[in-house]
Amino acid sequence: MSNVATNSVNVLGPTGSEKFMRRIMPLIALAVVLAVIPVFGPSRTVYSLLNAMGVNIVFAMSYNMLLGRAGLLSFGHAVYFGLGGYAAVHAMGAIEAASYGDGGFWASYPVFFLPVVGFAGGALAGAVIGWPSCRRAGTPFAMISLGVAELIAAAGFMFGSIFGGEEGVSGDRMNGPELFGLSLGPIEEVYWFIAFWTFIGVLGTYAFTRTPLGKMSEATRDNPERVEFVGYDPQKVRYLVFIFSGGFAGLAGGMAAVNYEIFTPEALSLAPSGMVLLMAYIGGIRYFAGPILGAILLTYMQSMMSDYSEAWLLYLGLLFIVIVMFAPGGLAGIFVGLFSGLRGEDAGENFRRWAVQVAGIVLMMIGIITLVEVSVHWSNNYGEVFHPFGVQLPHDGVLTWAVIFIPFVAGVGILRMAHKNKEGQA
Amino acid sequence: MSIPALSINDLHKSFGPAHIIRGVTLDIEPGERHAIIGPNGAGKSTLFNLISGGYHPSKGSIKLRGEEIGGMKPFKINRKGLSRSFQVSNIFSNMTVRENVRCGVLYSMGYGYGFLRNVGNLHDVQRKTAEILESVDLLDKANLPAALLPYADQRTLEIAITIAGGADVIMLDEPTAGMSHSETERAVALIKQATEGKTLLIVEHDMGVVFNLADRISVLVYGEIIATGKPTEIRGNEKVREAYLGDEADAIEGDAA
Repeated sequence: MSNVATNSVNVLGPTGSEKFMRRIMPLIALAVVLAVIPVFGPSRTVYSLLNAMGVNIVFAMSYNMLLGRAGLLSFGHAVYFGLGGYAAVHAMGAIEAASYGDGGFWASYPVFFLPVVGFAGGALAGAVIGWPSCRRAGTPFAMISLGVAELIAAAGFMFGSIFGGEEGVSGDRMNGPELFGLSLGPIEEVYWFIAFWTFIGVLGTYAFTRTPLGKMSEATRDNPERVEFVGYDPQKVRYLVFIFSGGFAGLAGGMAAVNYEIFTPEALSLAPSGMVLLMAYIGGIRYFAGPILGAILLTYMQSMMSDYSEAWLLYLGLLFIVIVMFAPGGLAGIFVGLFSGLRGEDAGENFRRWAVQVAGIVLMMIGIITLVEVSVHWSNNYGEVFHPFGVQLPHDGVLTWAVIFIPFVAGVGILRMAHKNKEGQA
Repeated sequence: MSIPALSINDLHKSFGPAHIIRGVTLDIEPGERHAIIGPNGAGKSTLFNLISGGYHPSKGSIKLRGEEIGGMKPFKINRKGLSRSFQVSNIFSNMTVRENVRCGVLYSMGYGYGFLRNVGNLHDVQRKTAEILESVDLLDKANLPAALLPYADQRTLEIAITIAGGADVIMLDEPTAGMSHSETERAVALIKQATEGKTLLIVEHDMGVVFNLADRISVLVYGEIIATGKPTEIRGNEKVREAYLGDEADAIEGDAA
């Protein structure tokens, strides 16, 4: 019997080439993308956007270790990002002081490796705060995380010598030994630093999912009771995952410390905690790469859409609600659905259905966006009128309300019809 | 006489005013297959939960190979070599069959909470997982999501996870509940084979299964064991006949296989 079993080991798991395609290839692709981007000669604005994306990607990945993989909903993940970042920014100060002073350990510590300090800081914070909060899962865990977030955010404005009060703590990244010939002065050089640590962050969070602890964290999410009866303490599983998640959040904090050279108590507050939740969820928490997509999209919206519209946060909220209600798989889920739909037998049918849905959604969006923009312009009281493509749309114009209602109603009608057709077929 | 695999002494459990287990005393020898039967509400599941660590005993002791385990956390009891299955399928439904069994194997092979090894490279774990799957005849379904398995296969997987950790005291809570006749026969054969040389404690309603499988039977009624003995002794016991009314009593009588 054991002979047969030994032979069948290879048959059981994925084959070598499957493993390579599914696990190694995406990582190689990520590395290639990161390495190729500078070839296109991005502008300084694009570089700073890319750097912000890198930080948020690692932050969102660390968050998804909790939400997606361990089933722990945290409302205070920025605490670990912030504490890791503060550890890194203080270490940056120590490097500066040491390299102009009497040397010592910090004089020989390259700024390039500050994310390691961030990781340690975040993991330490996770180890301390996780001890009480990981005793419970579900709603109590979420509530405790919210309480802790409030507590640390308040402390951020109180302990001036640590958090620097409202101005925060700033540093200078161009000190200490240089690594890989990077002075880290110009933003192009910072890009390489961010790209390196983004890759390490994604690689690290991925590797974690492959470990016994990572697998048991998924098992604990799905069935904590059964986990107890195969020899594991679900509390300990959650606690250890929490420490790692805090560590990777701190790593992202360390990346941010070097990128921005400043940390303020805002970084610990509920706003970034909420943002990272949105990134992970909109990207898709059940897919490993989901939070990467979410981080890219939301960072883009954060820095680019705010130029176009003051109401961008409103759109973000709408996007979140729509994803929660209609596409719980997030962006990654939508992509996977598209991909498998186009490869299936009824690709043509699927394609027609999506075209109809997209048309309906676009029409609804025209109505909603017009409504929001007209309202925002009107309530600002600057006398400015929303004028897309040169068309004046004042709040009291008949045309305005026609542009709001007709596409909206048409869009709703199309979506309802598409839905009914689908049900009729099924 | 050797130390009993499981020794329960004057065990009580109350939930508020409800006195569910009222002084159970029971010794199970190593290698014995012991069945607990009794009418609905007799406290069989409560007794199971007390032994496996789900509940704290109100009074009394539970010893696993002479060591007190009453009130211990389930995962600690599991590490001492006692494993149980559940009445309703309690599997990791988002994982494949293979991953389910692997979850049962990992701790016992010493990988615990490890975070420095890739599970894909743990060949001893893979070999053990394959052996378990082979022994319960689920090898061909190894890569199916557990949630998609037919009911009987989910029950089998439940048993596979239970035996995966290599525990030598196995507790099965109604392993054949809801199975068809042929599925039940297969399940009994599987249980016999998978628990070979191990101590088995089983709760079961199907009298055919009980009399086929058990070396000894205990009858639990209203939180007390009214009789313990070999199947033939239980069948002829007057108190047992009184506890079971009508059809079930006939079933006990009639199933003289």
